[in-house]
Amino acid sequence: MPSGIARGLPAAGGIGLKPEHFREILDTQPELGFFEIHAENYMVAGGPFHHYLTRIRERHALSIHGVGLSIGGAEPLDEAHLDRLAALLERYQPESFSEHLAWSSHGGAFLNDLLPLPYHAATLDRVCAHIDRVQERLQRCMLLENPASYVEFAASTMTETEFIAEVVRRTGCGLLLDVNNVYVACVNHHRDPRAYIRALPLPAVGEIHLAGFACDVDAAGAPLLIDSHGAPVAQAVWELYEFALDRLGPMPTLIERDNDIPALPELLAEACRAQRMMRARVGAADEVCA
Amino acid sequence: MNGQSVFAGALLAPEAICPPGLRTWNGSDPGPRFAVYRNNVMVSLIDALADSHPVTRQLVGEEFFAAMARLFVLAQPPRSPVLALYGEGFADFIEAFPPAAGLPYLAEVARLEMLRVRAWHAADAAPMAQQELMRLLADTEGLPAARFLLHPALGLLRSRHAVVSLWAAHQTGDVAAALAQVAVEDAENALVLRVGLEVDIVRIADAAAIFIMNLQQGVAFGAAAGQALAVEPEFDLAATLGLLIRGGALCSASFSRSAA
Repeated sequence: MPSGIARGLPAAGGIGLKPEHFREILDTQPELGFFEIHAENYMVAGGPFHHYLTRIRERHALSIHGVGLSIGGAEPLDEAHLDRLAALLERYQPESFSEHLAWSSHGGAFLNDLLPLPYHAATLDRVCAHIDRVQERLQRCMLLENPASYVEFAASTMTETEFIAEVVRRTGCGLLLDVNNVYVACVNHHRDPRAYIRALPLPAVGEIHLAGFACDVDAAGAPLLIDSHGAPVAQAVWELYEFALDRLGPMPTLIERDNDIPALPELLAEACRAQRMMRARVGAADEVCA
Repeated sequence: MNGQSVFAGALLAPEAICPPGLRTWNGSDPGPRFAVYRNNVMVSLIDALADSHPVTRQLVGEEFFAAMARLFVLAQPPRSPVLALYGEGFADFIEAFPPAAGLPYLAEVARLEMLRVRAWHAADAAPMAQQELMRLLADTEGLPAARFLLHPALGLLRSRHAVVSLWAAHQTGDVAAALAQVAVEDAENALVLRVGLEVDIVRIADAAAIFIMNLQQGVAFGAAAGQALAVEPEFDLAATLGLLIRGGALCSASFSRSAA
């Protein structure tokens, strides 16, 4: 089993790489900590996606973020998918690889969402076995992302943070702290997001995600936040991010945007804002971002 | 475990049902919360089909497309986390979808759009070096036995409808005016090529389609040209070769006798 947390990404702001921005990125070569891609989007044989990623990767640090491994799935891991992932990692040698505490495949169908699981001894064993297998196959430590969720399970016997802490302890994996997910899940389940962060194994954190959410209400009219990745980062999430930074120090921080993709400068500005918050905490002058 | 089977089943059930065993902090009905997952699954997959089928979508409108795509998702959810080619099978589904029967060309357009996506993501392959190719084309003795390997992105669709004209009309500024000029009942052949980083769709004659299809299946150059000429005595071999060469579609040639 590999040891140590992948801390290869620079402690700076990054953004998700979107095909809409391929050319502009090559033309303008923006100052940026790193790019992140969804692994599955690049599991194609050739063409423009690989053309652009190859060129962008030459100039920037890269995080590969899987959304289809179904680590929380009741079924065995999809070895063919793991092989595709290994090939992609081999090709692009990313500084970091991460996946989700969630499931997305069942009975041969891929459901294309990050689905929740109950937290108890049996699911803990299964998730740990899956992460052990992933780390063994990929020959590297992965970061596990905390989920955004809308329901909880009567069968759960552990809190989410207890579950995550145990997974990290048993598998040696790192943690991708998605601050937006913390906020969304805590609002949805009426918990204190700061207490949630304090309860996580913070020394294992290797990256942070920030994103925007959408607002809805549940059957009783209580707020229900949807992890939409379709809006700018909310003020409450920026504040929670500062709370996390105070405990973690500077961290590779991704602005995640997958829907209603804005112009590149808008995303870069959010990444700069994250970077300013980091720099302010280490007392550095604010010279990088305008 | 059967918990996930029930959960997954409820996600893909046609009617809104909620799996048992869910809890909410305020004791509220978990139904609307579970519906967020149902909605995420369905909307994301409909969006994936809409992204890969922009012209099909425009031909029927957002509402019709979403309803049709939803039924396809329920019938044939993706089998792989790699969604780039999700939608293989959508054209066949449309062909057998009674509400679309009034638009017999719709399935063909969807088929063309999927070829376009395939071309976009197909493996890279270098075209034959120009010198080597010119030498081969000038070799009147050797050329007939040559079997060409075509670029993996190359696609061919022989349609009973004016599928290229329909597609092209949607690439113009005034779609309605362009569509009014299209005789949808005219049979057309579409050649799909990836040129550089762009995918091109061009209309080709029957004979050219037969020639290229034969080459793609590994038939020797002479036999492929012969079949094309048999269909259309005025088959323009030089123009067809020019199209393939400009599109970087001739990747290598071999002279083995083993292929068909």
